[in-house]
Amino acid sequence: MASEYAIEMLNITKRFPGIIANDNITLQLRRGEIHALLGENGAGKSTLMSVLFGLYQPEEGTIKKDGQVVKINDPNDANALGIGMVHQHFKLVECFTVLDNIILGVEPAGKFGLLQKEDARRRVIELSEKYGLHVDPDAKISDITVGMQQRTEILKMLYRDNEILIFDEPTAVLTPQEIDELMQIMRNLRAEGKSILFISHKLAEIMAVADRCSVLRKGKYIGTVNTADVTMEDLSAMMVGRNVNFHVEKKPSHPGDVILHVENMTVASKVHKNNAVKGVTFDVRAGEIVCIAGIDGNGQTEFVYGLTGLEPLVDGKIVLQGKDITNAPIRERSVSGMSHIPEDRHKHGLVLDYSLEDDIVLQRYFEGEFTKHGFLRRPNIRQYAEKLIEQYDIRSGQGPVTMARSMSGGNQQKAIIAREIDKNPSLLVAVQPTRGLDVGAIEYIHRQIVAQRDAGKAVLLVSLEMDEVLDVSDRILVMYEGEIVGELDPKKTNPEEMGLYMAGAKRDTVKKEA
Amino acid sequence: MQKSPNRESLLRKPGFQTLLASLLCIVLGLLVGFIALLIINPSGAGEAIMDIMRNFLNYSKRTTQIKNLGNTLVKTAPLLMCSLSVLFAYKVGLFNIGAAGQYVAGAGACIYCAVGLGLPWFVCMLASILAGAVVGAVSGALKAYRNVNEVISCIMLNWISLYLVNTLLSGVKNPTSPYTYSVTKKLVTVDGVQQVVDHPQALLPQLGIQGLFNNNKYVGLALPLAILLAVCIWVLLSKTRLGYELRATGLNKNAAKYCGMQDRHNIVLTMAIAGGLAGIGASMLYLTGFEDWSVTQSSVPGMGFNGIAAAFLGGLNPIASIFSSFFIQHITDGGAQLDKQVYPAEISSLISSLIIYFCGFVLFFKTSLNRWLDRRGEKPLTDKGGKA
Ligand SMILES: Nc1ncnc2c1ncn2[C@@H]1O[C@H](COP(=O)(O)OP(=O)(O)OP(=O)(O)O)[C@@H](O)[C@H]1O
Ligand SMILES: [Mg+2]
Repeated sequence: MASEYAIEMLNITKRFPGIIANDNITLQLRRGEIHALLGENGAGKSTLMSVLFGLYQPEEGTIKKDGQVVKINDPNDANALGIGMVHQHFKLVECFTVLDNIILGVEPAGKFGLLQKEDARRRVIELSEKYGLHVDPDAKISDITVGMQQRTEILKMLYRDNEILIFDEPTAVLTPQEIDELMQIMRNLRAEGKSILFISHKLAEIMAVADRCSVLRKGKYIGTVNTADVTMEDLSAMMVGRNVNFHVEKKPSHPGDVILHVENMTVASKVHKNNAVKGVTFDVRAGEIVCIAGIDGNGQTEFVYGLTGLEPLVDGKIVLQGKDITNAPIRERSVSGMSHIPEDRHKHGLVLDYSLEDDIVLQRYFEGEFTKHGFLRRPNIRQYAEKLIEQYDIRSGQGPVTMARSMSGGNQQKAIIAREIDKNPSLLVAVQPTRGLDVGAIEYIHRQIVAQRDAGKAVLLVSLEMDEVLDVSDRILVMYEGEIVGELDPKKTNPEEMGLYMAGAKRDTVKKEA
Repeated sequence: MQKSPNRESLLRKPGFQTLLASLLCIVLGLLVGFIALLIINPSGAGEAIMDIMRNFLNYSKRTTQIKNLGNTLVKTAPLLMCSLSVLFAYKVGLFNIGAAGQYVAGAGACIYCAVGLGLPWFVCMLASILAGAVVGAVSGALKAYRNVNEVISCIMLNWISLYLVNTLLSGVKNPTSPYTYSVTKKLVTVDGVQQVVDHPQALLPQLGIQGLFNNNKYVGLALPLAILLAVCIWVLLSKTRLGYELRATGLNKNAAKYCGMQDRHNIVLTMAIAGGLAGIGASMLYLTGFEDWSVTQSSVPGMGFNGIAAAFLGGLNPIASIFSSFFIQHITDGGAQLDKQVYPAEISSLISSLIIYFCGFVLFFKTSLNRWLDRRGEKPLTDKGGKA
C-alpha cells in the first residue's frame, strides 16, 4: 500500500454559527496505531470526528483514505470506507435487543426479505469472544449497564468490518474496571491491525494505551507527540496552555452542624425484586465533603434518586436542616436548600432543545427575579445567564441563546454545575460532577466544590473515580450492594484498602452516628 | 464571523423555512388533488381545481362574494380554535387527536344551554369551554396517572362524546327534523305544555362586523375572539412561566421532573386547556346559528381533525395557524363549489389530508434546503476562508 497513513484529514475547517469548531486542522492516523485526540471541552474533537464519519461537511479541507482522496457525504459512505464510530452519547435503540442494535441497518435478509438472525447471532458471538467483548445478545438495551451498551457499540463497528474505529470519550461513563477492560480490548484491536482514534480527557489512559497523541485547543491544531516521549504534565500544558494542578489544594475541614441526616434509607430497585438501597444511615455536616464511593451499580444511583425525590423511599427518613423532607416533593427539597448535579446530563440535567439561558434558570425560573405575575422576565434571565457563562467559562457558539443540544458535552456539564452551585444550596449533591470534563475544568470544579465546603455548605459527592474520591473528600463512605460497608478517612486510607471495601471483601459493622 | 449574502441568510431563517415548506406542502397537495380529479373526470379537472381554489370568488356578484367570504370566516373561527387545541397539546408532547370529541362536547353544552336552558350566549360559551376541558382533562388524567396513551383515549372519547351529545340534544330536537332547534329558540314549559319561544340572547354579538360582509348575519364576535385567543396562546407559550414549564415537560419529561415541575399536573392542565380551546370553538360556530346539530349523525364532525391539518400546516405556530386555518377552510368550502354530479365534495378533504401528509416532510425539506445551502456556500467561503 502506498501511504503509511490509514486516514489523513488535511486542513479541515468546520464552522458553526458564531464559532469555528475546527480551524485548519490536520490529523494523520497511521495504520495499526492508537491515536489519541486531546483538547479542552469545546476544542472541536467531536466535531472533527463527526466530519470523518460523514455527519458534518467541512467547509474546507480534504480527507484521504490510504492516500486516496475520498468524499464522505454521510455515515453510509463512512461505513463503506470501513470507518466506524462510537459516539460520546450512545446511539442505540433502547427498546431493541443488543443483537437487533448490532444488525440494524445491515440486517441479514433471506428469502422473501425475512430476517435471518441465526447467522448474525453466530457472528456476533464469535466477534465478542474473539475480542473479549462480553454481551448478552438478547438483553434489551434499556436493561443493561452503560459498559455493556458500549461493548454493543463496539461490536456494531466490528460487525460491519470497520478498519478505522473512532471512540469518542468511551471511558467517561465507565467504571475503573470497565476502563481496564476497554483498554485491553483496544490493544487487541490494534493487534488485529485496526487503526483507532481515541478521545479522552483522562491523561493516564492516553499514556497507557495510545501510541501518539494530537492536541487541539479552541478549534486549532497544536501538535502531535509520541506518548512515549512526553509526560502527563506536558500533555496538559499543551492542551490548556498552562500548567494544571492535578492535586486539589484544600485546608482541613471544620465540620459544623448536621445539615443532612439520612436514617435507614431503603429504596426499591427497578431491575430486580430486592431493594437497591438497604437501610443506609449517615449524616453530612456543614463544611465537610462526604463522598459515597463504590463500584457502579451498588445502589448509588437509586440512593441519589431517593434522596432527591426522583424515586419514593420504601422506608427511612431524610432530614435536611432539621426539616423532615422524606416525602417532600422535589421542588420543596430544592427550595429548602438541596442542589443536585445529576448523573445523566441528557436525561435529567438539561432540556436539550432549550437555549442555554433557559436551561440555566431551570431551577430558579419561578423565583421573583425571573418571573413576575406569571410572565418570564427575559432581560433578567439573559443577564443572569451571561453572568454564569462568564464566571464558569461555559463555551458555546452563540452565548445565552445557543441551543443546549449544540454545545459540547463538557460545556453542557459546566452549565449544569454553574446552575446548581450558584443556587447557593446548603447541601450540594454532586453525582459524577466532573464526568466528561477536561483537566482544566476539573481543577476548576474541584476548587468550586471545596469553596462551597469552606463557605459552610454540606457537600455529598457520589463518584466512581478513586482519584477524585481520595483527593476531594473529607470523609469516605463506601457503598456495596446497597449498604454502607465502611467509613474511611481519605488521609489515612489508600486505593488498595478502598478497593477491598468496594469489592465487598471487607466491611465494618455499620456504626451509628453520634 | 462569516458574512453571507442577505438572500441566503433569509433562506436560513427557521421561520422562513417553515413558511416555504408549508407553501410547498400546499402546492404538492393541490397537485395530487388535481391528479385525483383528472382520474375521476379528465375533461373538467382544470376547471374543478380552480373552482376549489377560488371558493367564494366563483360567484360573479361582488356582494355575493363578500357574503360567502363571510361564511368561510364563520367556519374559520372554530377551525382555528381546534388547531390551537392541537398545537398547544403538541408543544407539551401530546397528540390531541381528541380535539374532535372536545369540540363535540362543547357543541352539546352550548346548544343545550341555549335551547334547553334558555341561557345567554356568554354562559353558553363558558359551558362549552368547560365541557371541552372536562373531556380533555379525562384524557390527560388517564395519561398522567395511568399511562394510557392519549391517542387511544382521545379516539375513544371522540365517540363517547358524540353519542352522549346526541342523546343529550335529543331532548331539544325539533320533532319534524333530525336537527335540534336553532339556538335562537328556547324551550319553555307553560302549564305543563312545552313551547318554543324566541331566544335571541343566545346569539353571539355581531359587533357591527356583519356590515363589512354585506350583512352576513353569522359574522360577529367569533373570528376576532379566535384571533385574540391565538395571540394569547402564543403569549402563554413563549412568554409565561406556565409556557416555560409546559414546553420543558414536552421536550424532556425527565428534566421537568428533576427540577420539580409537576409533570402529571401539567399534563392534565394541558389537556384541559386544549379541550377548552376546542370546546369554545364549537360555541363560536353553533352560537351564530349557522348550523344546527343533527342528533342522528353517526360520524364525529371533521372540524377537530381539520384542526390537526391546520396546526401542522401552520408549522405549529399559533399566529401562523390563523392563516393556515383560513386556507384549509377556504379549500374545504371550495370543495362545495364542485359539480356534485361529477366530483365528490370530499375532494377538498382529500386535498387537505394530502397537505398534512406532505407536512410530514417539512423536516426533510428543511434538512435538504440546509444541505443545499451548505454545498452552495462552500465555494464563496473558501475564497475568504483565511480571515474568517
Ligand atoms: N451542531 C452544532 N451546532 C452548532 N455548534 C456546534 C455544533 N456542534 C458543536 N458545536 C460547537 O462547536 C464547538 C466544538 O464542539 P465539540 O463537540 O467538537 O467539542 P469537543 O472537543 O468534543 O468537547 P467535549 O470535550 O466537551 O466533548 C463547541 O463550541 C460547540 O458549541
Ligand atoms: Mg465531545
